[in-house]
Amino acid sequence: MIATSTGAREGLEVRLEDLRRRFGTVTALDGLSLTLAPGELVALLGPSGCGKTTALRIVAGLDEPDSGRVVVGDRDVTDVSANKRDMGMVFQAYSLFPHMTAQQNVEFGLKLRGHDSTRRRARAGEVLDLVGLSSQKDKYAGQMSGGQQQRVALARALAIEPSVLLLDEPLSALDAKVRAQLRDEIRRVQLEVGTTTLFVTHDQEEALAIADRVGVMSQGRLEQLDAPEALYSRPGSAFVASFVGLMNRVPCEVQGGRATLLGTSVTTLDGSVHGGRGVALVRPEQVQVAAGGDDATVVHISFLGSFSRVTARLVEGTELIVQTPSATVQDLRIGDRVGLSLLADDLLVSATTD
Amino acid sequence: MSRGVRRLVPVLGLVPFLGYLTIFLLIPTVSVVVGAFVEKDRASLSNIRALGDEVVLRTLWRSIELSAESAIIGAVLGALLAYAVVTGRPDGTLRRSVTSACGVLAQFGGVTLAFAFIATLGFSGVVTEAGRDVLGVDLFGSGWLFGLKGLTLVYTYFQIPLMVIVFLPSLDGMRSQWREAAESLGASTWQFWRYVAGPLLLPAFLGSTLLLFANAFAAYATAAALVSQGSPILPLLIRNALTSEIVLGQSHLAFALALDMIVVVVVVMTMYALLLRRTSRWLR
Repeated sequence: MIATSTGAREGLEVRLEDLRRRFGTVTALDGLSLTLAPGELVALLGPSGCGKTTALRIVAGLDEPDSGRVVVGDRDVTDVSANKRDMGMVFQAYSLFPHMTAQQNVEFGLKLRGHDSTRRRARAGEVLDLVGLSSQKDKYAGQMSGGQQQRVALARALAIEPSVLLLDEPLSALDAKVRAQLRDEIRRVQLEVGTTTLFVTHDQEEALAIADRVGVMSQGRLEQLDAPEALYSRPGSAFVASFVGLMNRVPCEVQGGRATLLGTSVTTLDGSVHGGRGVALVRPEQVQVAAGGDDATVVHISFLGSFSRVTARLVEGTELIVQTPSATVQDLRIGDRVGLSLLADDLLVSATTD
Repeated sequence: MSRGVRRLVPVLGLVPFLGYLTIFLLIPTVSVVVGAFVEKDRASLSNIRALGDEVVLRTLWRSIELSAESAIIGAVLGALLAYAVVTGRPDGTLRRSVTSACGVLAQFGGVTLAFAFIATLGFSGVVTEAGRDVLGVDLFGSGWLFGLKGLTLVYTYFQIPLMVIVFLPSLDGMRSQWREAAESLGASTWQFWRYVAGPLLLPAFLGSTLLLFANAFAAYATAAALVSQGSPILPLLIRNALTSEIVLGQSHLAFALALDMIVVVVVVMTMYALLLRRTSRWLR
């Protein structure tokens, strides 16, 4: 590991190998395997109970797997206690020690490592600077806003120059505006220090915005691990498609690797059904709406600023959401007949029962 | 209903409480303070001067000793019991039974408590008899149960459950994230207690101990039922000053002794308030 001038170290590879964990009759992790490249930020995304937090806690050493391994660099840390794993962790909320000031919180890990007060103060000042909170260093947690507290928690985790940074839904208790700000801040800081980071969230927007790769989890398994763009445009399963972003489900016919819907024939993606009836998964921005056609009837229009969402009902009853620049739909009214055309070249087509 | 009347309605609920405080706390306190400075219907410092009497000072010291001992023993044992409770399941049998029992036992004082101890550890108590018959040991000894040691033991009986009641919320307030954050930063269990849990719980622990001290210092009925000879502690000395058939006309000395007690309790409660203020700054 190499320390840089900002106190950052080159990240280490982190491997989660076939992790399994049960709580009574509930399977939280069902053979989870995942490798984080050095310095990479991977977000684990999934609904409540999918096992993402369990995975993070096992990496942190706060929970033990029934089987499987956690390897950091060349070191198997599966049986190493949490306080000897050299990992920085930021919790959902309320994790700052309330009887310590921001500075004392940040110095805590360094104090445990036996650093003298001069060195502690200097390092704390450095990381508080990094998160833009130098001016708040003498405040207690109770005197800071939720966003500031989480920044201090991030500074505290980074102060010890951890080999891995673990973020357990650190933004979920904050309001929308602060959440977006801090999200970008976390990414900036993470890129600056270069620490390998595992970020757990149930918020898809957060995961897509912050991560190098996003792992979508369902029922203790990794459904898909991919770059945000790939995950969004080429979902590997119906679950991923429906969980990440808005998705229309349009009935179609599949034959010879092509699906026909809305009068257009497109290539089917890997993982699609091979033939017969299926349901094509279509993003709202992959459909174009035009006044005066005869494909569907407008049932709802949501104005969202620069773009609008038009809900249109197809003749056979399926409803489709179309996302389009607001300027293109300003003359549309509810009840208007419209034409729909497909903008995608390839789509995932799932079985009708998925 | 006008806005003014509407604002007054919720305050009406305070009236019985304020009335009660005025009649049974404020007026007696004023009477005690004023009475302490009166002798034979004239203003006098003779009763205040009497507080410096060797007997009074010795009794005051014994009261403080008894209160402090029973408070410290009660606080340590009560805190350990409360800790055992919080480490169990929040809806578990241990927690439900201990908190229910403590709710009752913290109020279990006076004649019934004194009788319970006399029936077990008195001259002919069940345990004393068993000790004599089975082990050949005289647990009663020279009657320690009716002295300061005995009072300390008996007081501890209601101090432990009181400690559980007043200290449990502080232990409940300890967040699991603090322990986990400390662990992930490299703290061992000992370091977590030394740097995080200890300092966080210390004000609450000391505050609860002060409450227990005040509770024991003001306790009367248990000691009155247990001690029939002499007045080893201040409340019993006040009783003696008020009801003695040997020395009459000492009611104003009783007021002065009560003032003595009020001063001690005010000092203790001020310390308690300061500790609370320290904690509230963290939790703001």
